Amino acid sequence: MLGIRVIPCLDVTNGRVVKGTNFVNLKDAGDPVEVAKQYNSDGADEIVFLDITATHEGRNTTVDLVRRTAEKVFIPLTVGGGIRTLEDIRNLLNAGADKVSLNSSAVKNPSIIKEASDKFGIQCIVVAIDAKKTRENKWNVFVHGGRIDTGLDAILWAKKAVEFGAGEILLTSMDKDGTKDGYDLELLKAISSSVGIPVIASGGAGKVEHFSKAYEYGASAVLVASLFHYKELTIKEVKEHLMSQNIPVRQIHSA
Amino acid sequence: MTKKIAVIDYGFGNIKSVLNALHYCNAEAYVIDSPSKISNFGGAILPGVGAFGPAADFLKSKGFDKAISNYVNSGKMLYGICLGFQLFFTKGYENGEYEGLNLIPGEVRKFELEDKTLKFPHMGWNNIEIIDSMYPKKMFESINNKETFYFVHSYYGMPKDLSQSSSFCNYGIKFCSSIAYKNIWGSQFHPEKSGEKGLRILSNFINEANK
Repeated sequence: MLGIRVIPCLDVTNGRVVKGTNFVNLKDAGDPVEVAKQYNSDGADEIVFLDITATHEGRNTTVDLVRRTAEKVFIPLTVGGGIRTLEDIRNLLNAGADKVSLNSSAVKNPSIIKEASDKFGIQCIVVAIDAKKTRENKWNVFVHGGRIDTGLDAILWAKKAVEFGAGEILLTSMDKDGTKDGYDLELLKAISSSVGIPVIASGGAGKVEHFSKAYEYGASAVLVASLFHYKELTIKEVKEHLMSQNIPVRQIHSA
Repeated sequence: MTKKIAVIDYGFGNIKSVLNALHYCNAEAYVIDSPSKISNFGGAILPGVGAFGPAADFLKSKGFDKAISNYVNSGKMLYGICLGFQLFFTKGYENGEYEGLNLIPGEVRKFELEDKTLKFPHMGWNNIEIIDSMYPKKMFESINNKETFYFVHSYYGMPKDLSQSSSFCNYGIKFCSSIAYKNIWGSQFHPEKSGEKGLRILSNFINEANK
């Protein structure tokens, strides 16, 4: 059975992890390579780096970071944040990223999805959607870290992204993000049932039951940030819960 | 003795991860972009992501088809990953009908399933059923049956002679997830992205190629 993927997400800037992590056993808990290695041995199914660097120079450190990580970590690696051009995508893929996640740039210029998936294959193009509820069963797409309402309907945008050649959707609920009271299941279901490609649920996870709910509502994968970084939950606990609910996961190998 | 492996670079997909994985397994990996160089190696990997047709046409236009065929006939080890694996078959039906390398008689077809709730690409970790016979045992040495590997694809290959398969996987239907027939190995999953167990397969390949 295809397992639901459990994906830790690291915010990075200038080659460093942004939020402090709680890995006391690591030599340098601020080094994304060290943290990614740790998550890999903890049983992560993929790793996401979200680059929140604002400057061009800083971005080069991200390419270098991807290069160093890909030499040590042999599970899929996705990079998102500030990717604007085919050149940006090429640089990241050549450095060893498996997928790139497009957000604001895809909203601004959807044809980049098509150009990128034609050139590099749909399997490496993730479209990230930050959605916020505007009324009952209606969500809008927000950009620039959730500050700007594009007015686009999230469901229609998701369908359009698929038409343009997205291979996967990373769906973040702006309403639930940081609340720890669970994923936005209605949003998840609305998007997942509208598209034929995998959907990664993001924003709101707080306890193990939230992950089995996400699966039930159509998530192919779940994204987790601070909950793992601060060891409020471990990947092992999440996977054990999923298995107890007869939800398929890739089992963790003891290192 | 250093163990040398060629990685065939024909412009379809990112070979960086394959090189990284080979280095991690203590092999010396060489990027080969001209067909004449393959014969210098005892082991070669054909990676690749993208569409079957353009990749097959490109390999032929550069003369890689003949070079690979001669290479295989000389008994040397070849491993195809993902699209590289699919190209081993006779024909592919991705956006048309294309001739592959015909190293393994069989076809590559799109998943056409009744169950519309299944997502495509088939992306993520799925477990495989390993065939219990001589060649598969070499490929999967030190790997347990039902182990999970990382897949990402919407098309699958099926050999005419099912005994050339080394494993099967289920996603709506049962499909061939890898082959191991004499000196030809290939997998639909990505060993270079399948953690420790994937690296184990690459190590098995490196050892077999340098015997």
